[in-house]
Amino acid sequence: MNENQENYISYYRTMVTIRQFETQAVELFAAGKIPGFIHVSIGQEASAVGVCSCLRMDDYVTTTHRGHGHMIAKGADLKKMMAELFAKKTGYCKGKGGSMHIADFSLGILGANGVVGGGLPIVTGAGFSIKMRKTDQVAVCFFGDGASNRGTVHEAMNMASIWKLPIIFVVENNKYASTTPQDYACSVSDICSRAAGYNMPGVGVDGNNLLEVRETASEAVQRARAGEGPSFIETKTYRLRGHYEGDPQKYRNAAEVEAWKTEKDPVKIFADFLTQKKILTNELNQQICSEVASELKEAITFADQSPSPEPEAALEDLFANYPG
Amino acid sequence: MSDRILSCTAALAEALHEEMSRDETIFIIGEDLTAHAGVFGQFEGIFENFPDRIIDTPISETAIAGVGLGSALTGMRPFVDLHFSDFVTCCMDEITNQTAKIRYMFGGQVNVPMVIWCPDGAGLRAAAQHSQSLEAWFVHTPGLKVVVPSEPADVKGLIKSAIRDDDPVIFFQHKKLFAKQGPVPGGDITIPLGRAAVKRTGKDISLLSYGSGFYLCQEAVEELGKLNIDAEVVDLRTLNPLDMDTIARSIKKTHRVVIVHEACLTGGFGAELAARIQDELFDYLDAPIKRVAAKDVPIPFAPPLEDYVLPKISDVIEAARAVTYR
Repeated sequence: MNENQENYISYYRTMVTIRQFETQAVELFAAGKIPGFIHVSIGQEASAVGVCSCLRMDDYVTTTHRGHGHMIAKGADLKKMMAELFAKKTGYCKGKGGSMHIADFSLGILGANGVVGGGLPIVTGAGFSIKMRKTDQVAVCFFGDGASNRGTVHEAMNMASIWKLPIIFVVENNKYASTTPQDYACSVSDICSRAAGYNMPGVGVDGNNLLEVRETASEAVQRARAGEGPSFIETKTYRLRGHYEGDPQKYRNAAEVEAWKTEKDPVKIFADFLTQKKILTNELNQQICSEVASELKEAITFADQSPSPEPEAALEDLFANYPG
Repeated sequence: MSDRILSCTAALAEALHEEMSRDETIFIIGEDLTAHAGVFGQFEGIFENFPDRIIDTPISETAIAGVGLGSALTGMRPFVDLHFSDFVTCCMDEITNQTAKIRYMFGGQVNVPMVIWCPDGAGLRAAAQHSQSLEAWFVHTPGLKVVVPSEPADVKGLIKSAIRDDDPVIFFQHKKLFAKQGPVPGGDITIPLGRAAVKRTGKDISLLSYGSGFYLCQEAVEELGKLNIDAEVVDLRTLNPLDMDTIARSIKKTHRVVIVHEACLTGGFGAELAARIQDELFDYLDAPIKRVAAKDVPIPFAPPLEDYVLPKISDVIEAARAVTYR
């Protein structure tokens, strides 16, 4: 296998990891192992992996309430992630954040966000900081079609443009903002067309085609690293699960979901491509899936067996220093 | 170095010069900063000395606060100028949902060394949307430190501590006090956050205040003396952390309290302070606690209306007489 092919397999493995992580999370949530609520990105893996595979470890990412995939694609630790979902002391945030608030600053992941559109002002700051510090890092902001209608987008994209900040705005258009269809809530059908208003390139791609996402993201990353400014990418995709686990999904019909599942599953599409190119054999595919499964099993066992935080720990971590 | 007489704005500019010379990760960002050295001339000389580190923005408070937060998370020490404190509402999410919570929510993984500088206060006939005192909102938001200095020396010492602090600090400076003069120590003098100052000692009553309220108390002292009321004036300076030790020492001596602030009465910081005092110091009190504050309406434009709404020296005297029964 040449280097290119090895990379392809690595992207595929990451997609499988995200899919399995979230499939497990769904089951564990249903089994009552995960408190609160979770939002999974099953069906959107190509967008996360396509973009993050173009990044270095010291590049920044802000993600959303539907952020497991972005976290994993940027290299997050599965044990710490699962433990955080389980509300355990050993989780990324010691049980203070949960599924919607995971971060790993050592990997440049500046946080998932419970506020839709909340990452855009933050990524603008990360981009600005890169410029001030004169490094060649880049910053990526994932957000959804719902967030695209928030004012934060306007302010962040305008500012990023006038200062030529090294930012890639990635809107993952999964067709529904919670229950509200994108074609009802957006003034345009191609959200990427809004980039023109900010004098930056805007490209729409098939968000379920890993290589297509990667190609576009790679150009945007190069452009940002070269100091040529921000770009806007719309990955057109679909979430195969509800907005949250338990969502009655009265806003869409089952046939629509089924069609996307059978015809446009990004993991299957990439597996088929790799098989056709003779990069992936049945045997290798099974090996990858079972390796990922055992890695996840370890993560789940770790999360399950980890202690809950001591109640008094609720009073820790608010400030770096505080008198008294 | 001996003390010089400086205004609050000069004290701020001096502190910023010193801090920016010391630490190159500090930068100032906000609207209209370079053409006139800030709306109030508060950044005199900064652009000349640090042209790349004072940045004019579009009118985009949300993104401005976000730039502060995002850069604080990635190695910088931003000083965010909000133009007028009233505009904080345009970036409330960035301040209260993001900045204040990010350290806690992510389990202490990261620090947020950021100053949010807010010129606030009334008395300039600037009407309802350019005159508010909003500090109580932020005291009510866990995760923010809240500083409200009054005198020039406090401005210098506290802004230096705020800039060096690894947590987000919201720093309110009253617009009408910018020109106030006072002695300011030269050199690298800091005042720790969370330390109140007893600025006049007295034995009959504790006047607890901050910001513009401090001056009302200071100016009431002489009149109170004529009434044979010897007032102690405590300038709280920081509301979070709050220096309850200094407050308690004063109350254990005087047994009577008047709290003075320019923010409107209901739900103001005085309410919280009064609650804490009755909870922790009830046995030392010889009279109910009185609060002097603005009336519960937006700040009106017409001078007779605005003057009527804002707390006055005579209100402080009346409250002091009430709690001393004189």
